[in-house]
Amino acid sequence: MNSTPTVLTTNAIDQSEVFRVDVTGPRSAAAQGQKPITTARPTVAKQATGEVTHPVKIRTKNVDFFYGDNQVLFDVSLDIPEKSVTAFIGPSGCGKSTFLRMLNRMNDIIDGTRHTGDVLLEGSDVYDSSVDVVLLRKRVGMVFQKSTPFPKSIFDNIAYGPKVAGLRNKAKLNEIVETSLKRAALWDEVKDRLNSSAMALSGGQQQRLCIARTLATDPDVILMDEPASALDPASTARVEDLIFELKKNYTIVIVTHNMQQAARVSQRTAFFFQGVLVETGDTRALFTNPTEKQTEDYITGRFG
Amino acid sequence: MSTASTSSSDATLSKATSSLHRSASLVRLKEWGIRSLLFLCAAVSILTTLGIVAVLFSNAIYDVSPRQVGPNGEVRTNEAFFQQVSLTEFVFETRWTPGYTEKHFGIMPLVCGTLMISGIAALIGLPIGLCSAIYLSEYAVPRTRALIKPVLEILAGIPTVVYGYFALVFVTPYILKPLFQDLLGFNVGVFNAASAGIVVGIMIIPMISSLSEDVLRSVPRSLREAAYALGSTKFDVSTRVVVPAALSGIIASFLLAISRAVGETMAVTIAAGQTAIVTADPLRSVATMTSYIVNVSKGDAVIGSIEEKSIYAVGLTLFLMTLVMNIISQFVLRRFREVYN
Repeated sequence: MNSTPTVLTTNAIDQSEVFRVDVTGPRSAAAQGQKPITTARPTVAKQATGEVTHPVKIRTKNVDFFYGDNQVLFDVSLDIPEKSVTAFIGPSGCGKSTFLRMLNRMNDIIDGTRHTGDVLLEGSDVYDSSVDVVLLRKRVGMVFQKSTPFPKSIFDNIAYGPKVAGLRNKAKLNEIVETSLKRAALWDEVKDRLNSSAMALSGGQQQRLCIARTLATDPDVILMDEPASALDPASTARVEDLIFELKKNYTIVIVTHNMQQAARVSQRTAFFFQGVLVETGDTRALFTNPTEKQTEDYITGRFG
Repeated sequence: MSTASTSSSDATLSKATSSLHRSASLVRLKEWGIRSLLFLCAAVSILTTLGIVAVLFSNAIYDVSPRQVGPNGEVRTNEAFFQQVSLTEFVFETRWTPGYTEKHFGIMPLVCGTLMISGIAALIGLPIGLCSAIYLSEYAVPRTRALIKPVLEILAGIPTVVYGYFALVFVTPYILKPLFQDLLGFNVGVFNAASAGIVVGIMIIPMISSLSEDVLRSVPRSLREAAYALGSTKFDVSTRVVVPAALSGIIASFLLAISRAVGETMAVTIAAGQTAIVTADPLRSVATMTSYIVNVSKGDAVIGSIEEKSIYAVGLTLFLMTLVMNIISQFVLRRFREVYN
């Protein structure tokens, strides 16, 4: 309070104090891995965090996407805020995974695909001809629905990304492997068997290994395509806790079929239907008070 | 049906089951017939193998009735090869001259010739075969693949005798002679191991590329995508993820191809000549085990003579070599499977 300018009235100081408590309240709760607490003044807190700490990381403008002649995305424009979790929900085949894969140009490796519109990462077009797609994918990592450990040791799985990036220093690799596994909450389970095959891990461990492997390339953005849909509830909970932790340092975009999951882990949600972005907004607002009829029908389970 | 119902204490139950029994026994008979037929088919290969082993054994190692009476009443000795030649001579002697007056029976020159030609073939065939498999599986667009695959299959369909003449009338005079004789000053023989090794190498390319491509393509797409998502180039994905994941299959294709090279006969007989010597010079003529067998078989060796018997000893050696290689390949496959799955 000493730093508060003296021109403010006592009343104003009191208000700013209350305001700060409101902002830090949900955040410290988040740090403990709990759900943000709904306070008496949630809107104030949300607006404050949304505008102050979350600038736009990825912006898409009028994106259309085609598999051959089949158009699967129609005019999708969406802003994804930095250091938060954005969830894409919608029924199967609605284009949410395709849209996710556009963000790090994973669709490039599928023959016969094309798109129009722009995908901007921090303002620069990722589809620009001067962009090195290999470097883009290092900054925008991806975790898939099916865990895909390479048939190598646990260590080599994590060290793969740094190695293809040219890192040869053994000590540095060791350090990266350890940090990545710790961040993915897997270190304690595997630290004594880093040289054994990653294929021997359980499904949930494999998925956390894949997340750790993505973290090892030091990305800004992590795209997750239904990362927990093949996992049992306990493993799902661990992955969700992990996402909650990771959002402090990374921008996370998650595609999920599970609306409870979207509600649990994300701050913003985008609802896709038949290739169209129907509605996007603050997760709690979208789930409690959707503006579109289609959104409401979907989240209340009337279809999908 | 009546016997079934009387033999059982519970009449109602046996009636119900006996009607089932009749059709079931018909089905079972058919099943038995099919099973026997399939077993016979499988047994044919086992019986053939046993027959071959028996012939090799009786001619090469031990003949139970070495004395035979010919059509004119004369007595012929028909002793097996190793009843006349000691194993020590066979393994350690360095001369192979069964047709000469002064006979020596050391297998070493033939083994050397075989290994040299197989080695050259492997040196050429394995890398080119694997690289074309990687190209076809990872790099080629569908249209290119549609063009290259049939061409490779044509390569596999060319008769080996044609390869032999290709080595003799093209590889030696137009590639080896200008390069090694005119340019580097070595003496290139008309028949030489190098030309034979080169064409056998070309011969095994389609085998390696097609088998390896199959295993490379069977590596799940998700694994490739995961590697791309970590910032890999196509080369990284191919060499660091796809090839290691398919390694056991690739090694299997290598071993099959080397077996083929070791057993290759016609091209080698034509291109490498018939000089059974121990040499390290690939530009000289050598004899392989297979080409020796061909030459004795088509020649005028007297039945029952030591020269005729020697081909069984050579054949047995070839058989043992392939067997050992198969055992090694099984062992290697199992080891890699442990590491990679």
